[in-house]
Amino acid sequence: MSDIAYSRIIRDGLWTNNPAFVQILGLCPLLAVSSNVVNGLSLGLATALTLALSNTIVSMVRHWVSDEIRIPVFVLVIACVVTAIELAMNVYLHELYKILGIFIPLIVTNCIVIARAEAFASRNTVTRACADGLFMGLGSMFALVLLGALREAIGQGTLFANAHLMFGDAAKGMTITLVEHYHGFLLAILPPGAFIGLGLLIAIKNMIDARLARRAMATVLVTHEAGWHA
Amino acid sequence: MSTPSSPYVHTAGSVTTVMLRVIYALLPGIAAYVWFFGWGVAVNIVFAVVVALVCEAGMLALRGRPLKPFLLDGSAAVTAVLLALALPSLAPWWMTLIGTAFAIIIAKQLYGGLGFNPFNPAMIGYVVLLISFPREMTLWLAPEMVSGHSMGETMSTNPIFGHLGGKGWEWINGLFLLGGLWLIYKKVISWHIPVTVLGSLALMAAVYFLIDRDLYASPLFHLFSGAAILGAFFIATDPVTASTTPRGRLYYGAGIGVFTYIIRTWGGYPDGIAFAVLLMNMAAPMIDYYTRPRVFGHKD
Repeated sequence: MSDIAYSRIIRDGLWTNNPAFVQILGLCPLLAVSSNVVNGLSLGLATALTLALSNTIVSMVRHWVSDEIRIPVFVLVIACVVTAIELAMNVYLHELYKILGIFIPLIVTNCIVIARAEAFASRNTVTRACADGLFMGLGSMFALVLLGALREAIGQGTLFANAHLMFGDAAKGMTITLVEHYHGFLLAILPPGAFIGLGLLIAIKNMIDARLARRAMATVLVTHEAGWHA
Repeated sequence: MSTPSSPYVHTAGSVTTVMLRVIYALLPGIAAYVWFFGWGVAVNIVFAVVVALVCEAGMLALRGRPLKPFLLDGSAAVTAVLLALALPSLAPWWMTLIGTAFAIIIAKQLYGGLGFNPFNPAMIGYVVLLISFPREMTLWLAPEMVSGHSMGETMSTNPIFGHLGGKGWEWINGLFLLGGLWLIYKKVISWHIPVTVLGSLALMAAVYFLIDRDLYASPLFHLFSGAAILGAFFIATDPVTASTTPRGRLYYGAGIGVFTYIIRTWGGYPDGIAFAVLLMNMAAPMIDYYTRPRVFGHKD
């Protein structure tokens, strides 16, 4: 089997096979944590790091793991990686760790991590597996940040609230208040808002894809006609 | 005079006829509402209808459907009127806008338009507003607040109603009751759902009222307060979201009545009819499945 091109890995991870918008995997943390940008960004980074590391390790050991026990081995690898990340967050980002709570260890159960380990890392080289994990994670983070920004802007009227929890005290002024004395739309912050927001984002992505496809078809037709007359 | 030709069965035919009759039946209650509480509700109703038609037109255009037949069938207008009646008259305009837009766009058009929505759109809009803006949803007026119309004395001396139900609301609900009975007479709705909703609500209220008079409200109070009668005749009977089989309708209505009483008495919200209707909407397909009538020639 020939090696997959890096450009294709990057494009797949970020857009055409985006974990949250196309594969629709890992919805539990996506919907529960994306109530504002900072939470979404931090969990997205944690997931991206987990994906990159776990994909790398799984790819390194892929020749020695037999088919029958591959799933427990993958879960063990992922659990070790997530435990390390959780302990690191507990030390360096303690306030954020308390806010995210149970969702950091729950990265172990995040479907996207084990899906990429099984579908890609166990069948490809180390560098490609690492790239795939990283960009799938970045795609997931992109979804988390976008949904978080949407929900925070509509629900609270701010962006980057509580940024100091992640970036240190210097970032306290980073909060952008979009509307002064915003009344607040509670539904956007509650779970129903997450589901509806995600649905709308998937619809927008499909719309963009359809438009790009139509434009590509038009270009093909035009060049075909031009070539016909040549 | 010549003999009329077949078909000889006369029922409310098109969707437009049904919706128009529902609006006619609502008019006496709306008039009483305006009499007691001022013009706020009428403004809300008009605004909601406009928003509903605009949203419906926009969504139909997006979906590539023909605009005229669906806009003229009046279903969006009825949803808007029912939602506006459920909102306090002092609710700000943007609340009516958000609720109606949500009801039409998300609860109705995104599921496929008329006939395809599983949940009652007016109740979804109301619940969205109730959850998102709890403070504004409590801005109800008392009749004495509206200058020149203090009906409080009239009602407290009235021997039939006494201190029954909310002041002003007894009359509004009474007129809704008359409108609902007219709808049954015109065969626009069947008797099953209203009778079972009100009956189960009254029965459950009666049981607890007899257990402890001081702790629980009387059955008549439950029937004539809040949106019980509006809900029973106009909201729960929505043909798209309610149960369709006759026996199923009995269970559906009973469920709504029971849930309304439970939420009113032990739940956190003052009126449970919206949540009760939505819960039974979820159960309606299952109820329909288990109450399918036996087909002629069916073998056991």
